[in-house]
Amino acid sequence: MAITLKRKNPVDLVFSFITALASVTVIIFIIGIIYVLISESSLAIEKFGIVKFLSSTEWNPVKEDFGALTNIYGTVLTTFLSLLFAIPVAIGIAIFVTEIAPNFLKGPIGVAIELLAAIPSIIYGMWGLFTLSPIMSSYVEPFLKKITSGIPLVNILFQGMPMGIDILTASVILSIMIIPFTASIARDSFNLTPDVVKESAYSVGATQWEVVKNVILPYSKLGVFGGVVLSLGRALGETMAVAFVLGNNHRITMSLLDAAATITVTLANEFAEADNDVYLSSLFYLALVLFVMSFITLAIAKFFLLKAERKYSR
Amino acid sequence: MNGTTEIEVRGLNFYYSGNIHALKQINLTVQKNSVTALIGPSGCGKTTLLRCFNRMHDLYPRNRYEGEILFQGNNILLKDVDVIDLRSRVGMVFQKPTPFPMSIFDNIAYGVKLKGIKKRSDLSERVERALVHAVLWDEVKDKLNASAYDLSGGQQQRLVIARALAVNPEVLLFDEPTSALDPISTAKIEELTATLKKEVTIIIVTHNMQQAARISDWTGFMMLGELIEFDSTDKIFTAPSEKLTEDYVTGRFG
Repeated sequence: MAITLKRKNPVDLVFSFITALASVTVIIFIIGIIYVLISESSLAIEKFGIVKFLSSTEWNPVKEDFGALTNIYGTVLTTFLSLLFAIPVAIGIAIFVTEIAPNFLKGPIGVAIELLAAIPSIIYGMWGLFTLSPIMSSYVEPFLKKITSGIPLVNILFQGMPMGIDILTASVILSIMIIPFTASIARDSFNLTPDVVKESAYSVGATQWEVVKNVILPYSKLGVFGGVVLSLGRALGETMAVAFVLGNNHRITMSLLDAAATITVTLANEFAEADNDVYLSSLFYLALVLFVMSFITLAIAKFFLLKAERKYSR
Repeated sequence: MNGTTEIEVRGLNFYYSGNIHALKQINLTVQKNSVTALIGPSGCGKTTLLRCFNRMHDLYPRNRYEGEILFQGNNILLKDVDVIDLRSRVGMVFQKPTPFPMSIFDNIAYGVKLKGIKKRSDLSERVERALVHAVLWDEVKDKLNASAYDLSGGQQQRLVIARALAVNPEVLLFDEPTSALDPISTAKIEELTATLKKEVTIIIVTHNMQQAARISDWTGFMMLGELIEFDSTDKIFTAPSEKLTEDYVTGRFG
C-alpha cells in the first residue's frame, strides 16, 4: 500500500477553527477587562500615583482624596481570619467523612457540604445580619471581651462596643462560606490516597490518627493546599456575604469589634454615590488593585503547586 | 519438618459486606519458621485468607469472621483483641510497593517510632539492621534522606519489607510481593524469604506456581473459597491427593 501524505479533512478544519475561536474569547475577555480597569482608573493613577494610593489611609469623597490602604487592610484581615477559622474545620470535616464516619453517614454529610457550597452568597449575608450578628453581639463578643480583658496586647483585639457588625462577624460569615469549598476539595484529595498505602501503615501497627497524620495528610497536602488557595481567592473577592455585616468604615483599627471596609464592599456600596470623576476613577483603581492582588495570589499558588508537584511526581 | 505451631486456623468462615461467603470452613496449621504458600486461581480467596491473619478486613465495614485463628494459642478473631498490637506482630507486604511519602530513613523508622522508640541512635540502629536484613543497605546507605520514591520498584519492595521487619514481627504476610517486579528483583526477594524464615514465619500468596515450589515448605491450594488441599510443598507438586490440585499444578486449568 502506498503511503499517502497527511491531509486535513475539511470537517476537521472547521472543527479546529471553532474550538480555537472559543478559546480565544477567554483571552479577549481578560484583555478587555484589564483595558477597562486601567483606562477608567487612569485619572486616579495620575492624581495619586501608585505608592501614595496604596499607602494612604484617606478615603474622603468631600475633599476628593482617596487611598486604598483601609480597603486593602479590611480585605486582607477578613480573608486571613476566615481562612484561620475555616481550614481546621474543613480538614476536620474531610477527615471525618473519608476515614471515620460510618458508611451510612458519609453520603448525607457529603451532600450537606455540597448544598452549603451552593447557597448564594447574598443569603449568607442576610443570615449573617439577622441571625449571626445578634448572636455575636450579645453572646460571643462579650464573652471574648471578658476572657481577654486581663491579657495585655490580646485585649486590644476586642476593644470597643460589641455591635455584631464588625470584622469578626464578617470573618465568621466568610469562613462558613468557604468551609464547604475547602472541605470538599480536601475530601477529594484524601480519597486519592491509595487504600493499599493506608493499609501498609495499619500493617506496621499504626492507629487511625497516625494513618491520617502520617500518610493521608502528607499524601494529599497538594490537593488540600489547592483547596485552601481556591478558598483564599473566593474570600478575597467575596462581596455580598460580608457587605451586610462589615459596616462601611474607612479606618484601620486594631480591634476586631470595629467596623471596616473591604475593597469589594466599598465597590458595591459606593458606585451609586460616586458623583465626581476622581471618585469614580478611584473606585476603578481600587478594582484594579483587587485584580492584581488576586492575580498575584493565584500566581504564587500555582508556583508552589508546580514546585511541589515536581517534587512528588516521581 | 516438625516445628512448633505458629498459627492454627480452625473452622474459619469469612463474609464480605455481611453476606458474601468468601472463605468456607478453612482449617490449616502454619509451622513456626517456615514458608507457607497459598496458591489457586484468581478469586479463590487466598488473599482474603491472608488478610484475616492481621485482621485487615476490619478496616472496611460489615465484614464478618466466624471460627478461630489461633496465633501462638490465642484466638485473634475475638472482639477485644488489640488489632494495632496484632498488626505490629504480624506484618504485611503488598502486591505493589507502598512506600510512604517520606524519606527512606523515615519510611523504615515509621513503625519503630509508633512503638515508642524515639531516640535517634536507637532508630538508626534499627533502620540499618532492617535494611541489611532486607538486602537493601548497600544500595541506599548513602542516600537515607532521599525520598523513597527515588528508588526503583524492586528496591521499593525491599524497602517495604525492611519497614515491616523493623518492628520485629513474628509473622510476615506476603500478598503476591513479586507480581509487579522484574525477574532479577523477583529473584532477590525469593532469596530473601529463605534467609528471613530463620527469624520469622512467612505466609505468601502467589500466582506463580514455580515460585511457590521454589520457596515454600508448605502449600495450600484454594478454590472458590475452600482450601482444597494443604500439605508439604513437595507433596502438593509431585503427588497431590486431590484431582483438582493435580489439574491446577500441572496447568490443566487456572
